[in-house]
Amino acid sequence: MNPISRFFTKIFGRPAADKIAAARGDSTQPADLLAEFESPKNRLVVGSSQSTGIERSHNEDALLLLNGFTLGTHSHSDFGVFLVADGMGGHRAGEVASAVSIRTVARKITEHTVLELLNGQDSTDTDPLQDQLKQALEEANQAVVDTVPGGGTTLTAAILVGNQVTIGHVGDSRAYFIQDGKAEVITRDHSLVERLRELGQLTEEEAAVHPQRNVLYRAIGQGANLEVDVFSMPAPKGGYLLICSDGLWGVVPDPTMIDIIRSAPNPQTACDQLVQAANFAGGPDNISVVLVQFPED
Amino acid sequence: MHRTTRQLSETGDSEGLDRLQPGATLQERYLILGMLGAGGMSSVYKGRDLHFPNVTKLVAIKEMVNLIADQSMYDMVVRNFEREADLLATLSHPAIPTIYDNFSHHNRSYLVMEFIDGQDLEAILNEMDDFLPEEKVVSWAIEICDVLHYLHQHQPNPIIFRDIKPSNVMVDQHDHVRLIDFGIARHFQPGEKGTMIGTEGYSPPEQYRGEASPTGDVYALGATMHHLLTKRDPRVEAPFSFQERPVRSINPLVSPELEQVIDMALSYDPKERYPSAMLMKEALITTAKRTGLLSQPSIAAVISKTDSVKEIWAFECEDEVRGSPLVFEGNVYMGCYDNNLYALEAKSGEFLWKFATEGGIAGRPAAEDGTVFVGSEDHRLYAVSQNRGSLLWSYFAEGPIRSSPALSDGHVFIGSDDNRLHVVNQITGRRAWRADASAAIWGTPLVEEERVYFGCESGDFYCYDFKSELKWRKKTKRAVTSSPILIDGMVYFGSRDWTVYALEAESGFQVSRFRLGGATISSPFYAEGKLFIGCGDNHIYAIDAKHMRESWRYETDHQVTGSPIVHEGSVYCGSVDGSLYCLDFHSGRLRWRFHTSGPITGTPAVFENTIIIGSMDHRVYALIS
Repeated sequence: MNPISRFFTKIFGRPAADKIAAARGDSTQPADLLAEFESPKNRLVVGSSQSTGIERSHNEDALLLLNGFTLGTHSHSDFGVFLVADGMGGHRAGEVASAVSIRTVARKITEHTVLELLNGQDSTDTDPLQDQLKQALEEANQAVVDTVPGGGTTLTAAILVGNQVTIGHVGDSRAYFIQDGKAEVITRDHSLVERLRELGQLTEEEAAVHPQRNVLYRAIGQGANLEVDVFSMPAPKGGYLLICSDGLWGVVPDPTMIDIIRSAPNPQTACDQLVQAANFAGGPDNISVVLVQFPED
Repeated sequence: MHRTTRQLSETGDSEGLDRLQPGATLQERYLILGMLGAGGMSSVYKGRDLHFPNVTKLVAIKEMVNLIADQSMYDMVVRNFEREADLLATLSHPAIPTIYDNFSHHNRSYLVMEFIDGQDLEAILNEMDDFLPEEKVVSWAIEICDVLHYLHQHQPNPIIFRDIKPSNVMVDQHDHVRLIDFGIARHFQPGEKGTMIGTEGYSPPEQYRGEASPTGDVYALGATMHHLLTKRDPRVEAPFSFQERPVRSINPLVSPELEQVIDMALSYDPKERYPSAMLMKEALITTAKRTGLLSQPSIAAVISKTDSVKEIWAFECEDEVRGSPLVFEGNVYMGCYDNNLYALEAKSGEFLWKFATEGGIAGRPAAEDGTVFVGSEDHRLYAVSQNRGSLLWSYFAEGPIRSSPALSDGHVFIGSDDNRLHVVNQITGRRAWRADASAAIWGTPLVEEERVYFGCESGDFYCYDFKSELKWRKKTKRAVTSSPILIDGMVYFGSRDWTVYALEAESGFQVSRFRLGGATISSPFYAEGKLFIGCGDNHIYAIDAKHMRESWRYETDHQVTGSPIVHEGSVYCGSVDGSLYCLDFHSGRLRWRFHTSGPITGTPAVFENTIIIGSMDHRVYALIS
């Protein structure tokens, strides 16, 4: 194809043309047509699940999902807000801390990021998403210090805008990208044993059973000098974003998680099965799971 | 006697942690006056020894509650306690409180010792609004070294303190250091359950493997000094991250000599620390004397200065070279303010041909399929044959062209001072479409996946699709001369509003940004997770793209208006100070600098391992290192 026709093909012969042809009824199988329009392949699909577990008497985890997608020629990008928090501290402080934190973050992101998207903001006067997310986690830290003294929580937030996932993270809940049968932890546990493992003092196996494996050096609610990890990564096309508390990742090995996700018919079922797997393995802690499946393109 | 010995609870209330009240007596000898502190399973009380009825002899009484359920473990804890109490009682050093007595009663064990009238370092830290003075910290540290040396020399076995931290070091009325809490309470701590915040913070990494040695105490002393001098609590920082926040970066009043001593004490590898507390003490004394001659070599690894640069060839034009060279199929193509487009052989610098336009050439040429494209201030975009430099066609814009062409899908994309982006067929030279901007376009458009991205001099940044439909627009506060790049779905570019922007490519949503120390017209270059960009504040910046945080920056002697490139672990960038700089990719350290006689405003190009750069001294240089 010469450059001119290549160019015009690109301009006028958009891939959408195939779909238009299909919609016009060139296809003789209406069932296929229906399947194409109902298939989740072109959009985000989200699942979530939670359990107190077997050993704990009450649930200190919290999670929150906001998911927006639009269709139309002049539509804005898809967006999503996915939060998992794992509270800690006696006298119910943990469950309040996790709840207060995710509410604070969700409110801030809604007020700024989501409204900005819907408004089609075209100036750079507002703070960029990474700054907003960092401020949101800092506000959550202050809210916990003010309202739940002695309480603390992990918080892993993933904000999806278009094809970029922006992560805000404190503590040892985790976000994974799962693609092509591989799971990559994209967050960094703020725990003592993870630090020792990074420094080569402990092996993965030693870390998994270390008596101090539940010691965090950073958590929402710690007060001054909270350092928040904030970064952005391109969403894994055709893959998954998994966010979970240590009640899942500390109990169910990565290959099992991948198997469950791959064989489940949809993200919701996968989440339910992941929680079952953690409970089947003893359910030593509260379990929270959010799973986001991304379209191929 | 109205006072009675307190009846200790045997019924086992909630946690067995009820405290002794003032007025209670223990062993009919120690009258409790009040509590000094509590932590975990232990409490410390201030008491009075009633065996000295005529004077007030104050004592400190440490109480430990044994909550271990298993009988044999319980007994072992009590035995350990007694053994350690015996050991402590034999120690004699001015910084170690004297032990008077020990006893156990039901599930509690007690240690009676010298009462120290003073404050621990943690309390002192909390009370100080400012940094503690260096001399104070050094004099305390020398005393701590002294007592550590005493403990480490203990026969038959050295005693490792294991828990040097501000709250375990008291400063008495005479400003002398006293070590408290010999860790006896440790055995009484049952295994912690549930997630907790905060680490021990001061302990060396090897201690988490159960290894205790004198160098571990040296590390903990270093950590304590770091905390005292910086007021940064290591219990809420990433463990073992002291060297990531050097003392002087937080408290510049501290001398470099002391920083070096602390740094060495905090070495991750025990073998690299002071091998003994005595040697650390000597280093501290040297520092205190301000001789400035520490025995340690500078820690900063210096990249070999023997790296040098050689000029392979230079080619002289008739005017300033402000634009950037293009290396294509073994040749260098380069525009110049003498109005010519030059073709040179990259290996030798041999002149091949030149093509005269009627205006200065500010941009970089582009080439594809035997044709070289270049814009000129004479308002024209030229297509010239690659082998002979003969004109194939020219296209007129309505203003000067200072933008550089981008080639994609058989078309040339180029901006002009007529406030338009022109899309011109590569073969026919006819316009396919054009897009409007609100001011002149000087940067190079970015064409990717049927979209074109570009900024303009009013500060607007645009994304058009191939149907010439505006997809999105973003307004920055000053001109966007910098050319955008697209990495993993994110568009990066600089603005004269002192910012590098990161916008989500599909929506233009502002995901992140990086604040520079000045305006930039330089274009970012991406390699291995880092963005490199020059800035009007004279610096070349390396920015971690994922977090949009500075990795390093390097200061040149003038503005950096040209753009960097990366080749084989080095960053190459010119400056208006006339030099081309070669910097280490990871650290930003200077490998070499090559001086020309005029400002460098263009971007270097690479041919094999040769770096090609133009200068306003009218020359094009080919350099090899």
